[in-house]
Amino acid sequence: MIEIRWHGRGGQGAKTVALLLADAALAVGKHMQAFPEYGPERMGAPVQSFNRISDRPITLHCSVKEPSVVAVLDPTLMATVNVTGGLKPDGILLVNTALSPAEIKQQTGFAGTVYTIDASKISRETIGRDIPNTPMLGALVKVTGVLDFDAMVEDTEKKLAKKFSHRPEVIEGNIKSIKRAALEVRAA
Amino acid sequence: MMAGITKIDLARTGNEAMAYAMKQVNPDVVAAYPITPATEIVQLFAQYVADGEVDTEYVPVESEHSAMSACIGSSAAGARTMTGTSSQGLALMYEMCYIAAGLRLPIVMADVNRALSAPINIHCDHSDTMGMRDAGWIHIFSENAQEAYDNMLQAVRIAEHESVRLPVLVTTDGFIISHGMERVATLPDDEVKKFIGPFKPGTMLLDVAKPITVGALNFTDFYFEHRRALVDAQAASVAVIKQVGREFGQKYGTAYDCIEPYQLADAEYAIVALGSTCGTAKVVIDQLRAGGVKAGMLKIRVFRPFPAAEIAAALAGKKSVAVLDRSDVLGGFGGPVFTEVRSALYQKPNAPLLADYIYGLGGREIDMEMIGSVFAQLQDGTAKPDSVQYLGVRD
Repeated sequence: MIEIRWHGRGGQGAKTVALLLADAALAVGKHMQAFPEYGPERMGAPVQSFNRISDRPITLHCSVKEPSVVAVLDPTLMATVNVTGGLKPDGILLVNTALSPAEIKQQTGFAGTVYTIDASKISRETIGRDIPNTPMLGALVKVTGVLDFDAMVEDTEKKLAKKFSHRPEVIEGNIKSIKRAALEVRAA
Repeated sequence: MMAGITKIDLARTGNEAMAYAMKQVNPDVVAAYPITPATEIVQLFAQYVADGEVDTEYVPVESEHSAMSACIGSSAAGARTMTGTSSQGLALMYEMCYIAAGLRLPIVMADVNRALSAPINIHCDHSDTMGMRDAGWIHIFSENAQEAYDNMLQAVRIAEHESVRLPVLVTTDGFIISHGMERVATLPDDEVKKFIGPFKPGTMLLDVAKPITVGALNFTDFYFEHRRALVDAQAASVAVIKQVGREFGQKYGTAYDCIEPYQLADAEYAIVALGSTCGTAKVVIDQLRAGGVKAGMLKIRVFRPFPAAEIAAALAGKKSVAVLDRSDVLGGFGGPVFTEVRSALYQKPNAPLLADYIYGLGGREIDMEMIGSVFAQLQDGTAKPDSVQYLGVRD
């Protein structure tokens, strides 16, 4: 079982990206959970969401305390939120930033594997707005291999097509952003 | 599973699973008022109505008291009736809930367990539905979104059975299950339709050929007998709950009963719990077992009617048992599950030592470590008999 924690700010799609990943996990036959942390969620406030993905049924219903993957949708959070708290020492930290993995490694002191991706830039260029969650999904699936990348893209496209049937440009932009993120994500 | 029935795996939150079950039941009437964290149930159902996916008459009322009142009216009129609520909303319904049971109306209600005010809180504990303990409703807890879906379908059969005719409450744990997305195996629409069958009301106000009075006055002459009949209906529901749970298993692969033992048969130390905590406890028990500790659990699925004899038999011979209560009986002796289990064990041979742990009020986290600490206290004897402790609270 793999446990993932998403950090974002209210409005950036931290909850939605966990749901999209869970949905894609189901599409490839996995067992999964996606749940947000419900606190004082407001536009701009720090929020978290979680995933569990496993080949076997998951019965745990407590919070994720020691994730093996942490994804940060907004790098400014790192000044106030301990994003590596509980993250397994040999885990993966993925950050939406223009900085290099080495710079993030230095900033956080995290000893595990660090990846960076400028998901906001990709989002602005493909979707037209800074909603970094779908490129982050692309980068996360690519670097963790938790799901088959192509299967995830296919399923996400299907889900978006259902939700945005009246706005096909949203679907196209999001899918483009996922694929671009997979190509542009950087390792240390 | 019977040949020919293909279940469809969907990614659903607890709320979505319950709303989806309601859609497939396609009741005649839903009267509801939204409240966190159950809002999505009625919101999604209203969408099904707006999209023409159900034939239901949806009554958007101005309060939960009116919601249950409208449900009582429609059920008495002969309509298959459902609703959903949570916490303060359920509390506002209490007055009418007693009436629904007293009138023997087979209403099915989804409740998302949430703490009661004050202080105001939107997170999970079981205080809200524990206020329904004496209301005459059948009360079924769900461990996860899958059970929430399965329980909603079974609830229709149980409520409407001719030897029962009682309202049924199906609950999930607020946010933990209501807003957690999981894999849920669902049945095809036509299979649900077949499973629940058509609604055959015993009596109905709209049957002009056979006029009846509903809600008549009973003083010293008949009130007692009518209340006694409610007791009998609760007792009769046990066989129906079991039969429906068995049939569900034969047809769709997962059987249900009033209680669910987990690694309990040879256990020396056990916990008793309700709802989502049971899932986390299963992992703790697996780990303890791997380390040679004979740990087990008794999950109570049906809290009303309370399966006292079954619980006493299942716990007989254990060294010590901890009840995990996610609500408190203020000014009482222990939480509601503890008092009932203790009463069930009284004067039974080989009754185990029993301790109570009140936990998780207002959504306070219950994790593997905390459940593990309860087992540790059962083993080292710090869980004193007949003691009531508070788990995870700052004293």
